[in-house]
Amino acid sequence: MEHQKIISEVQEIFREVLDNDDLEIQENTTARDVEEWDSLNHIQLVVAIEKHFKMRFTTAEIQHWKNVGEMVHCIAQKHSG
Amino acid sequence: MKTFNELKKNLKKDTAGLQRVSIALLADSATQLFAQALKGYGYDRNYSFCLYEPDYNQIDSEVFNAQSGLYQSGCEFVLINLSTEHLLREFQSLPLNLRTDFCQQKMQYLEALVAAISEQMNARIIISNFTAIDESVFGNYRNKTRSSFGYQIRTLNHLLMEFAIDRQNVFICDVLALQERMGYEKIFDPKLYVHADMVYAIEFLPFLAKSFSDIIAAIKGQIHKCVILDLDNTTWGGIIGDDGLEGIQLGSLGIGKAFTELQHWIKQLQERGVIIAICSKNNEDTARAPFIKHPDMVLRPEDISVFVANWETKVDNIHYIRNILNIGFDAMVFLDDNPFEREMVRSSIPGITVPDLPEDPAEYLSYLRTLNLFETASFTAEDGERTRQYQEEARRTVLQKSFADEETFLKSLNMQADARPIDNFSLPRVAQLTQRSNQFNLRTVRYTEEDIARLIASPEYFSLTFSLQDQLGSYGLIAVVILKASDASTLFIDTWIMSCRVLKRGMEQFTLNEIVSVAKQHGFKKITGDYLPTSKNALVQNLYADLGFRSTEGLWVLDVNEFKAKKHYIKTITETAQ
Repeated sequence: MEHQKIISEVQEIFREVLDNDDLEIQENTTARDVEEWDSLNHIQLVVAIEKHFKMRFTTAEIQHWKNVGEMVHCIAQKHSG
Repeated sequence: MKTFNELKKNLKKDTAGLQRVSIALLADSATQLFAQALKGYGYDRNYSFCLYEPDYNQIDSEVFNAQSGLYQSGCEFVLINLSTEHLLREFQSLPLNLRTDFCQQKMQYLEALVAAISEQMNARIIISNFTAIDESVFGNYRNKTRSSFGYQIRTLNHLLMEFAIDRQNVFICDVLALQERMGYEKIFDPKLYVHADMVYAIEFLPFLAKSFSDIIAAIKGQIHKCVILDLDNTTWGGIIGDDGLEGIQLGSLGIGKAFTELQHWIKQLQERGVIIAICSKNNEDTARAPFIKHPDMVLRPEDISVFVANWETKVDNIHYIRNILNIGFDAMVFLDDNPFEREMVRSSIPGITVPDLPEDPAEYLSYLRTLNLFETASFTAEDGERTRQYQEEARRTVLQKSFADEETFLKSLNMQADARPIDNFSLPRVAQLTQRSNQFNLRTVRYTEEDIARLIASPEYFSLTFSLQDQLGSYGLIAVVILKASDASTLFIDTWIMSCRVLKRGMEQFTLNEIVSVAKQHGFKKITGDYLPTSKNALVQNLYADLGFRSTEGLWVLDVNEFKAKKHYIKTITETAQ
């Protein structure tokens, strides 16, 4: 699955979980750029993304994401694998 | 059930106009997400849940400190949620010789929590019971090994139930029952637990919120008192008018087992005081025949309080049933296999609950069980009598139609009433009435049995309970008045509740006469009362005006010396006749 498609699907999940329909995310977006993206919502994002893409992340993976790009990269890797 | 995200959207909505309920949330795990689910779920039940949430894992410092935020919050409800995951952590760090006492230790801790909270505040305490973890240390052998965690947790659940039986202000939220239905994988998310110390999966939170809210709503008086049954393909399989008595599916015939088991469930509801009514499009004789003659029917004529079978619309018939039972539509559940009838009833009768039964009757019962429609906050011996009382009421309605005027009808009933202060026998029923009555309730103050016990021991309070009977049967204890001396010459009506079953019988007049006689007996010159409006008690908004009270500075006032006894047709049962 190509990155751009994953980003747009992840963006939909962000909009739903963070309840913000105008939210735009890019590869370099970090939690600091999005007001609602706090640690509590982060957990919910992970759970929602796992459900949507039907995959499981490891604890180590979740802790190492620095921005949306790394998250997307991780999803793409699992998807092809 | 809505998803967590859907519930979360409710948090942005306007809660003005919703009933406000204050709740303290005490837990040993992180509760932020659960708090959101609870508030969001409350919104859909027309409550504005205002939460007091102490910092993470601060149960002891909140409960065992008289100056804590918990006690300043003055919350109506305290929810206590201890998680099995945390108990397991404690358990495994105990030396082996202490593990066999683990459940006793934990129970003592819970008892200490309840004792401390009860001493400081007048709150209802809802404790969640303990989910099961298959910790796979002893395997199945845990069941015969005291020092296993499984043995200790199961025993703890049992001890908790025993403890709650005698505590009127303690309720148990049966999280274990939710786990039994949904499974451990659905309720626990290891990732959430490890990252955020949250012990419940996000998908599970709406179910947990519902379970706590069901208890809160029941304590607040929002309960289902009546189930209305359609007959063909709901109570039995097939159509009695076409298939005949031998052709309908019950017992071992066709898919009859599904209906027989549903009837067994309804019968159990009836035995614990839920009123059963029938509403069917049929000729009455045809519809009644199976109840009388069919060997595999579980429900019999004596189980049904109101039986309506005709060709009117179900909406009209449910209005008729309501007129006999005198309960709100929001206290009714309507079961019908036909989606068209369901939609018509749902759209025409606001407040009534109409479950969307599955298409396959085999799934009716298991589906209905998941809804938990019949939560209750009390159970007394009188509850089982209710079916008979409403049957008598239905006969009274028919009888009334045969009299030309109301006066003749009332005289013909030959009513007799008994008035006496609250005593230890009536105390549970009195508390229950304060909790359940919504319509004829002037101030809607809810009391627990402990509250009532305190009131009757206080010299400032006077109480009256009323029981009524007539030629058709006994209504039981149907009215309660609690009076408070607001000063040396004034008696304030703190509580005046009456069962709507005895409306228009002259009981209001009889009650007022008794209130005045209590006032005279103790030398009070004035009786005052007020009406606190709720969404349900418009029935009594003019009660004081109609009974001759004068409105003065926001209170209704009655001068004891000028009072002339009200006319009614109820004889007083004297003490000696008892």
